[in-house]
Amino acid sequence: MIGWKWDFTAEILPRLGLATLNTLMAAGGGYAVALVLGLIFALAQRTPFRPLTVVTREVVEFIRSTPLLLQIFFIYYVGPQFGIRLSPWTAGLMAIGLHYAAYLSEVYRGGIEGVPKGQWEAARAINLSTVQTYRRIVIPQALPPALAGIGNYLVGIFKDTPMLSVIGVAELMHAANSIGAEHYRYLEPYTMVGLIFLAISLPTAWLVRRFETAVRRKLGLIK
Amino acid sequence: MSYLDFLAAHSDRLISGTLITLAQFVLAALVAVAAALISGLMKLAPLKPVRGVATVYIEIFRGTSLLVQLYWIFFALPLFGISLDKFTAGFVTVGLCYGAYGGELVRGAVVSVPKGQWEAALALNMSPLRRMWRIILPQALVGMLPPWGNLMVEILKGTALVALISVTDLMFETRQINNNTFLSAQAFGSALIIYYVFARFMVTPLMRWLERVMARKIGRA
Amino acid sequence: MTDDMSRYPLTLEGDDAPMVRFQNVTKKYGDLTVLDRLDLDVGAGEMVTIIGPSGSGKTTVLRMLMTLETIDSGVIYVDGEPLTHMERNGRLVRANAAHMRRMRSKIGMCFQHFNLFPHMTALGNCMEGPVQVLGMSKKEAEERALELLDMVGMAEKRDQHPARLSGGQQQRVAIARALAMRPKVMLFDEVTSALDPEVISEVTGVIRALVDQHNLTMLMVTHQMGFAREISDRVCFFFDGSIEEQGTPEMLFDSPEKERTQQFLSAVLEAN
Repeated sequence: MIGWKWDFTAEILPRLGLATLNTLMAAGGGYAVALVLGLIFALAQRTPFRPLTVVTREVVEFIRSTPLLLQIFFIYYVGPQFGIRLSPWTAGLMAIGLHYAAYLSEVYRGGIEGVPKGQWEAARAINLSTVQTYRRIVIPQALPPALAGIGNYLVGIFKDTPMLSVIGVAELMHAANSIGAEHYRYLEPYTMVGLIFLAISLPTAWLVRRFETAVRRKLGLIK
Repeated sequence: MSYLDFLAAHSDRLISGTLITLAQFVLAALVAVAAALISGLMKLAPLKPVRGVATVYIEIFRGTSLLVQLYWIFFALPLFGISLDKFTAGFVTVGLCYGAYGGELVRGAVVSVPKGQWEAALALNMSPLRRMWRIILPQALVGMLPPWGNLMVEILKGTALVALISVTDLMFETRQINNNTFLSAQAFGSALIIYYVFARFMVTPLMRWLERVMARKIGRA
Repeated sequence: MTDDMSRYPLTLEGDDAPMVRFQNVTKKYGDLTVLDRLDLDVGAGEMVTIIGPSGSGKTTVLRMLMTLETIDSGVIYVDGEPLTHMERNGRLVRANAAHMRRMRSKIGMCFQHFNLFPHMTALGNCMEGPVQVLGMSKKEAEERALELLDMVGMAEKRDQHPARLSGGQQQRVAIARALAMRPKVMLFDEVTSALDPEVISEVTGVIRALVDQHNLTMLMVTHQMGFAREISDRVCFFFDGSIEEQGTPEMLFDSPEKERTQQFLSAVLEAN
């Protein structure tokens, strides 16, 4: 039968715990990159300079249409071919950050486009500059409805970090693989990794939903 | 060595990999649609245990990583007496993973069909099953097709992970080429382009076409 | 709430038995009593109109008859048999799904917002019930549906989807759809309330023709006082969950006895 070993589970738990920290760091780092880069992608698509808009749009589409795993390999392996050596962590955060920046830019764009045209016109009417209009009028209105999407991609990034194991980032999946290879036992490490993911992502997703409801209530969108 | 020479030298691997990816995608999509329909409708069942089963499935597959699920189903599930070969394990896991997301889409779309439609179907004395199948689901389908278009692209991308359990798909073959030649830009670049063309010019247009057909069928176009 | 079921007959028999009977029917939403011990009989072939202020429980009466709402106490009878209950070992118990399905086939309903099936054509809407529920052949169902669409003046729009039809046209198709099930009782729930004023007569014309040409039992909730007066055999004024006053249209509209009826009618007339 299955023969789950509790003592083995207890033995590997500290190691998995440590790797969890790396997973969280990878998710946090990737998310930070994605948040900033996503905003750049979104704003680039709103400039009046048409070639920039079109190229950015295509880049975003390209990133969204191709597998993250492949992008991770590409960024990690293509550098050395041209003499640029990236550490697994750098390449990993770049790949995951870039990938999710494409998704986040869509969320930002949706938020910005959701602000009624009249708001832009009213801002123009009181002679605000473009930067002022974004900062004082548009973003405060665009952000709340986009928050749910922004939060959900935090959970998404977290769940995609195991892919970084393929280039040797020492996160959870990497640790589980190593443990499995050392002890020829995969049941406990993989199951524990699954449970750790559930234990983190379910409450996070719940919090995001709570947060979204709170924001909507504050905006008077629901009672 | 020019890029054309590269392509000529490795086209057999790229083509066979692409075909495996295509097969994985189609099969995973079928599994996902079935799992989504079943779990989405179960979530609306009047019986609490039925809803509970669907919730557990959806939360587990949405709460963990596809890669973890893949490894678990391929390496750990055999210990419970269920052994799947790598090809089957691949598309089944990818399908189940995205089926969980689809389940939420199905549930949401069914719930958003106006209440009056249920009442009109009841007034015609239709059985609960008929109401769902003939009246509610067709309308729900139209509402959920656009997000399904995105989900299909996610499924395609998700199949790249089956390479990590040694299914010889496009991702797998690309890594082989990279390991043999060290021409990383050419190898991974080609694969990126193939996935892109696949998603952008085949999957997405197909789903858009389906949306249009369904919209016309429902008389909204 | 305890309700002594032995005081309700198992069936209604005799030539003078009503087509529809509400006996001591109470309906509550939480603490709010929507209908309070309602007694109402509707004779076979009779057209009864229910009027009253919003929140007086008028629509609830129709929705309970269509089994879209459950009742808290009392019994509703249709065509001699209990609708909300059924007989088990000589006493009435709550109706199960099978009983309600059988009874529901006697009743048809038209809704305020039409509720046509958007993914089916006008013809498809009218064939859906006969084919799927009554098991009629497609050919037969189509013939009958076309006949009915013709009767409501929608024959040439038979291949259009609801989205292409105006409100008045949709409501006429909805009437044909309900009639296609050959109900004994037809319910009209504010069928003109969602319509633009200029198309209301399309729908009232169809209902008028129905009253003239068919021996259907009908219950109608409406805000169209003129139409109610012209077409009804009897008008019931609902107030606060019960019937405040009822009688022939002439009695109720020309010489209402109760003060609330007078107030309501004068308010409505003023608004018109």
